[in-house]
Amino acid sequence: MAKKEYSYFPGCSSVRSASASNYMVSVNTMCEKLEIALNEIPDWNCCGASIGYAEGGELPRHVLNARNIALSGKHNPGQDIVATCAACWLGTRETQERLNEDPDMLTDTRTVLQEGNLQDYYSQNIPVRHMVEVMIEDIGYEGLAKPVVKPLKGIKFAGYVGCQTNRPFGIDGESFENPRYLDKMVEIVGGEAITDYEKKVTCCGGALAFSEPEKSQKQIHDIVEAAYDQGADMIVTPCPVCQMNVEVYQGQINKRYGTNFSMPVTYYSQILAVAYGSTGKEAGLKGNIIRAKALEKIANK
Amino acid sequence: MEKSASKQPPPTTTAEKYRNNFLREVEDNVEEGEWVKMCIQCGVCSGSCPLGSAWEHPPQELFMMIRAGQREQVLRSDSMWMCTSCYNCIVRCPRQLPITHIMHGLANYAHRLGIAPAQNPTRRFAKIFWDNIAHSGRVNELLLSIKLYFMNGFGEGIRMAYHMAGMGFAMFKTGRLDPFGLFMHKGIDNAKELQTMLTKAREIEDRRRGLGLGVAVKAD
Repeated sequence: MAKKEYSYFPGCSSVRSASASNYMVSVNTMCEKLEIALNEIPDWNCCGASIGYAEGGELPRHVLNARNIALSGKHNPGQDIVATCAACWLGTRETQERLNEDPDMLTDTRTVLQEGNLQDYYSQNIPVRHMVEVMIEDIGYEGLAKPVVKPLKGIKFAGYVGCQTNRPFGIDGESFENPRYLDKMVEIVGGEAITDYEKKVTCCGGALAFSEPEKSQKQIHDIVEAAYDQGADMIVTPCPVCQMNVEVYQGQINKRYGTNFSMPVTYYSQILAVAYGSTGKEAGLKGNIIRAKALEKIANK
Repeated sequence: MEKSASKQPPPTTTAEKYRNNFLREVEDNVEEGEWVKMCIQCGVCSGSCPLGSAWEHPPQELFMMIRAGQREQVLRSDSMWMCTSCYNCIVRCPRQLPITHIMHGLANYAHRLGIAPAQNPTRRFAKIFWDNIAHSGRVNELLLSIKLYFMNGFGEGIRMAYHMAGMGFAMFKTGRLDPFGLFMHKGIDNAKELQTMLTKAREIEDRRRGLGLGVAVKAD
């Protein structure tokens, strides 16, 4: 089977030694097993994330994303753009949508892109996709099941989809209130999915975990507590911000709320990588602050 | 370009231009502001917001206040700074208003006019964040965190750093934080080019909005 090729960028949080570096490690491993080739967009820049609007306004924010789209067109022509980070995906897709609706904004963006001779490479119709879409739509659930050699038997997962992989664009055919693809992935790799996990699409606070920690930690507390209530062994998520927020603040939440949380938070790519027979290192499990011991046990088998 | 800039009214007249018509001012200057008049006051947005209880004026109320011409109360409010960008309001709005974007737009407009609440932590964090990415093209996470911890002065910064030390060490141990990143952050190769682009983009946007010509818009 010929490899499927995509033009991709990992986003700031997923580069080496950044907060989601283990996400990228596991994505690379998973893609190798699924025969997906990821061609990195040279010199890609930050998407502006969900907090860029305040100082960045509209046009500067769209220029950030348009530059990535143009660099993709220049270096990886014809290939779909794939982002692994929810915010990168959302930001890039939002820009493309807005520029398609607003001819003045498109003209202004092209004018600005001239500073890098990129104006002719910007594409209004190149698909901008999330890695999850590639997996579900291009590989398909059957295809995702094929490489499984170590089913994740006996592990109970709370599938935490979060916000930005789910809204406002979401995954085709899924509902905003109860998307099911993450549960399906869990089941495909032999795990047990808590399909009625009630905090599945609840916001973790996003960037406000930094600026409004008390309000965000209330959200995170509820997300973790619900996973415990449902008997989950671990949480699994497609978003690097969700992963970080829900994992790293559990210590502070324990102090604030007198709880005793120690709930591992993994990426979908980690559980697939382990089920596909990868080592813990290849699945980025060493990057989990709260160790996902049940996964490590299977990986080490 | 210069010609059209010289035709713009001085910024002090922005309020004059829209006197008694804040809705029009929002429509002209705020991202997706032309949608405000479509709100049917059902309140689904307010009820769907994860930080809803923290908003003095939830989105539905802000929309009505805009139509009622309460310019100062809206733009000086810290309400829209509570938006976590979860997009719940957008997907649930029966009139399909792009509410999240309107909240972002209101925050941005108030910030650029220099009248948003100066001490609001999200406003300050957002400014630090943008400067961070505009400088090197990619987020320097460690520098971002440190600047955030120290934004309320040295003593508070030390307290915050102490508070966060355990978490930081855990991130370092798991390979998710590089202490040398503070000095040797790898941004993009063409950071200068990106800076030029962003400056130019801001000039164009300000010109379209009639901003950026005087002290009135120099915030803080």
